[in-house]
Amino acid sequence: MEPLMAVTIGILFATAIYMMLRRSIVKLVIGLMLLSNAANLLIFVTAGLTRGAPPLVPPGMSAPEGAVADPLPQALVLTAIVIAFGVLSFAVVLVRRAWEIVRADDLDKMKDTDT
Amino acid sequence: MQLAVLMGFLLAAVAPLLHHWFGGHTARVIAAYPALVAVWLLGLAPEILAGETLLLEWAWVPGLDISLTFFIDGLSWLFAMLITVIGAMVLVYAGEYLRGHRDLARFLVIITAFMMSMLGLVLADNLVTLFVFWELTSITSYLLIGFNHTDPEARKSALQGLFVTAGGGLALLAGFAMLGVAGDSWSLVELNAQGEALREHALYAPLLVCVLLGAFTKSAQFPFHFWLPNAMAAPTPVSAYLHSATMVKAGVYLLARLHPSLGGTELWVITLSLVGALTMATGAFLAIQHTNIKKLLAYSTVMALGTLTMLLGIGTDGALTAFVVFLLAHSLYKGALFMVAGILDHETGTKDVTAMGGLRSLMPRTAVVAAVAAVSLAGLPPLLGFLGKELMFKAVLEAEAWRWLILLLAFTAAFLTLAVAAVVVLRPFAGKRRETPNTPHDPPGDMLVGPALLAGLSLIFGLAPGLLDGLVSVTASGIGASEVSAHLTLWHGVNLPLILSLASLALGILVFRHWDGVRSALGRLEPLMARGPEACYEGMMRGLVTVAEWQTRMLQNGYIRNYLVMTLLVLLGLVGHALFFRHSPSFPFSLDAYFHEVVTAGLMVAGAVTACVMRSRLAAVAAVGIMGFSIALTFVLFSAPDLAITQLLVETLTVILLVLVLFRLPRFATLSTTMERLRDLVVACLVGTMVTLLMLSVLGGERLPRISDYMVENSQPLGHGHNIVNVILVDFRALDTLGEMFVLALAAIGVHAMMRFHAEEYDAKPSAPSERYDG
Repeated sequence: MEPLMAVTIGILFATAIYMMLRRSIVKLVIGLMLLSNAANLLIFVTAGLTRGAPPLVPPGMSAPEGAVADPLPQALVLTAIVIAFGVLSFAVVLVRRAWEIVRADDLDKMKDTDT
Repeated sequence: MQLAVLMGFLLAAVAPLLHHWFGGHTARVIAAYPALVAVWLLGLAPEILAGETLLLEWAWVPGLDISLTFFIDGLSWLFAMLITVIGAMVLVYAGEYLRGHRDLARFLVIITAFMMSMLGLVLADNLVTLFVFWELTSITSYLLIGFNHTDPEARKSALQGLFVTAGGGLALLAGFAMLGVAGDSWSLVELNAQGEALREHALYAPLLVCVLLGAFTKSAQFPFHFWLPNAMAAPTPVSAYLHSATMVKAGVYLLARLHPSLGGTELWVITLSLVGALTMATGAFLAIQHTNIKKLLAYSTVMALGTLTMLLGIGTDGALTAFVVFLLAHSLYKGALFMVAGILDHETGTKDVTAMGGLRSLMPRTAVVAAVAAVSLAGLPPLLGFLGKELMFKAVLEAEAWRWLILLLAFTAAFLTLAVAAVVVLRPFAGKRRETPNTPHDPPGDMLVGPALLAGLSLIFGLAPGLLDGLVSVTASGIGASEVSAHLTLWHGVNLPLILSLASLALGILVFRHWDGVRSALGRLEPLMARGPEACYEGMMRGLVTVAEWQTRMLQNGYIRNYLVMTLLVLLGLVGHALFFRHSPSFPFSLDAYFHEVVTAGLMVAGAVTACVMRSRLAAVAAVGIMGFSIALTFVLFSAPDLAITQLLVETLTVILLVLVLFRLPRFATLSTTMERLRDLVVACLVGTMVTLLMLSVLGGERLPRISDYMVENSQPLGHGHNIVNVILVDFRALDTLGEMFVLALAAIGVHAMMRFHAEEYDAKPSAPSERYDG
């Protein structure tokens, strides 16, 4: 399954980059969303995929029986998902404000510091 | 001693406060400090003269083998004495020279800091420490040259001095690093003890070149001499102190210091004696063309620095003895002459010697001091300068390489210097009285005591050179001469050096008598001079600016996508190189997937691609939502329930947020041309392919042991939690979670601030932002 996911993630990255290279600022935001999702998935898959063995300790035991999915990348990705959300909200509001003030949705027209 | 230097820096820091308390007397109060240090050094004289080396150890960064250890031998002692004694004189002088200047406090801060840096430089035993002090002198020199910062010429000269010396400083750093590696030590004492091994070392030639570059730029050797005369934009006390007596000698000091470990090879001898002799002649030749008294003196300083370098290059016992005597003589007379020049400038209001004349009756005391110092500069008996010049001629006659060329250059420099000395003293003080902008008279005592003392010392040492025997012997031995016991006398009998002296006297007088003619004749060489090293420097600076402009235009052009493309291409290049050339990747492709897993992956791809091609904002957001939920599904399928929950929550919130904000945002617009789209598509596909290949190669590679095994085993016993991911987040990696909370809080504050900020008010009254927070 991992090789298939590798191809999938490659496509997600490609779409994200393509969207981020557009001149329209809203598309930049969409690109940002795609990119953070793709990156999270990359970390998750690179650690190896395990079916049906979540990293939980059964009640009354001190360690899980048998092998479980690697919990560390999961913890990292969990943090990353939340941070990506924070960054995205910030970006969305920033874009909205910029649009209100500059009234330009073309990034090429925002290249000067003076509005 | 270390404490003395550090206290000195402290004194520099509190100088403004002292200025507040003592007003016009501050300079004298501060001058007491170097005077005290000088007295303390004088107390060490018996031990130094007995040939002892005092090692004052003081660890600084022992882990990096950097120490603040100081050592005092003859050379360090001589330099430290010059720095403190002349420093005290200059401070007293400057207090009067800059009386009432609004930046006097700033001046005192910088010059005191410089004094301590210089002291640290000549006392340091550790290469790194020496380098730190070396750079500190460059920086303080920069600040002092640019002291009159409203004058663009001063700022330009300051920058030039800094570029040349700090550029050499970089080379010096490289040289020191190689020296440290080659000698396996950072201590000068230890390095000097293993000269033979260093000279045989494979790194010898490159490290010598680097060290020489550093020393030559600092000591204004040809072709780096041009910054020194320009540095005369500084106030005259600075010229007297930094740019003749002390800082510019730092390079010469370093060469003398390293002479036992690096000197004596063919490379050393030829480079130093030729560069030195060339600098001598250039300095004297350029000096004679100027009428500005400070420039005259500055070029003659270049000449003196060249002499010192040349003597180190020749390196025989006689040359090293001459080195020490000439060094001392030059510091004494040049310091005095610069201070006299400052007095003349101050009193008459002009620096042009041709505009002055007949001042001896108006300023009799200044005239006497100037005459004594100038006779020493001219190298006439019975002053110390005569001794220095005689010994120099003697040493040149001992030179092994290029003897006759060096002699010719040295002789030229000698008679031109004699003419310069005559110009400096006879033009202003003798002859007919000329009207000057101000009516001059003898300056207050504070300004005269310094030059008088220095000139007096030149005379005393000249009349009784025996006083210096001990110091000269110890110092010359310390820098690599075999045990010499110098017996300095004025009269050596009629020998070749004396004949050379007489010849140079005659020629010098001749040049002086026809100075105006000589000057106008040399003036015709102006076009040639315009192509000198300074023009190269100017050209380099212009080139630097052009390149900077070009690369700013290329890289910092304000187009965000250009930045992105540039970054991505570099990333592609680096990762691609590492992937294919640094190790051979294997790309396993086994497809053991269930149907529903493949469908989930397909949904992701479909969502992402749809988001790209949609023309409606809402449709694009919905497509991204589909992708996000498919990812959540993947987390469920592959044993990550916590991630799935989080992803679902965040994805829902994101979609709500976007839908809320979306209709306040501009519609999608088609802005790029087809070509641009194609280019972006290529870049995007390349990056996607790289990510896939990278992942495949990682997946196909060897797995290292998991660090999370520890967490799996200890989650319940240590963290008392059954959900291992949760335990990691709040316990094992709790600091990461704290960081995450900070990021979220910052984002929330940012969002809040921007939501409260109203564009209309921004346009209307940008300066009154507080009102809108009231409601």
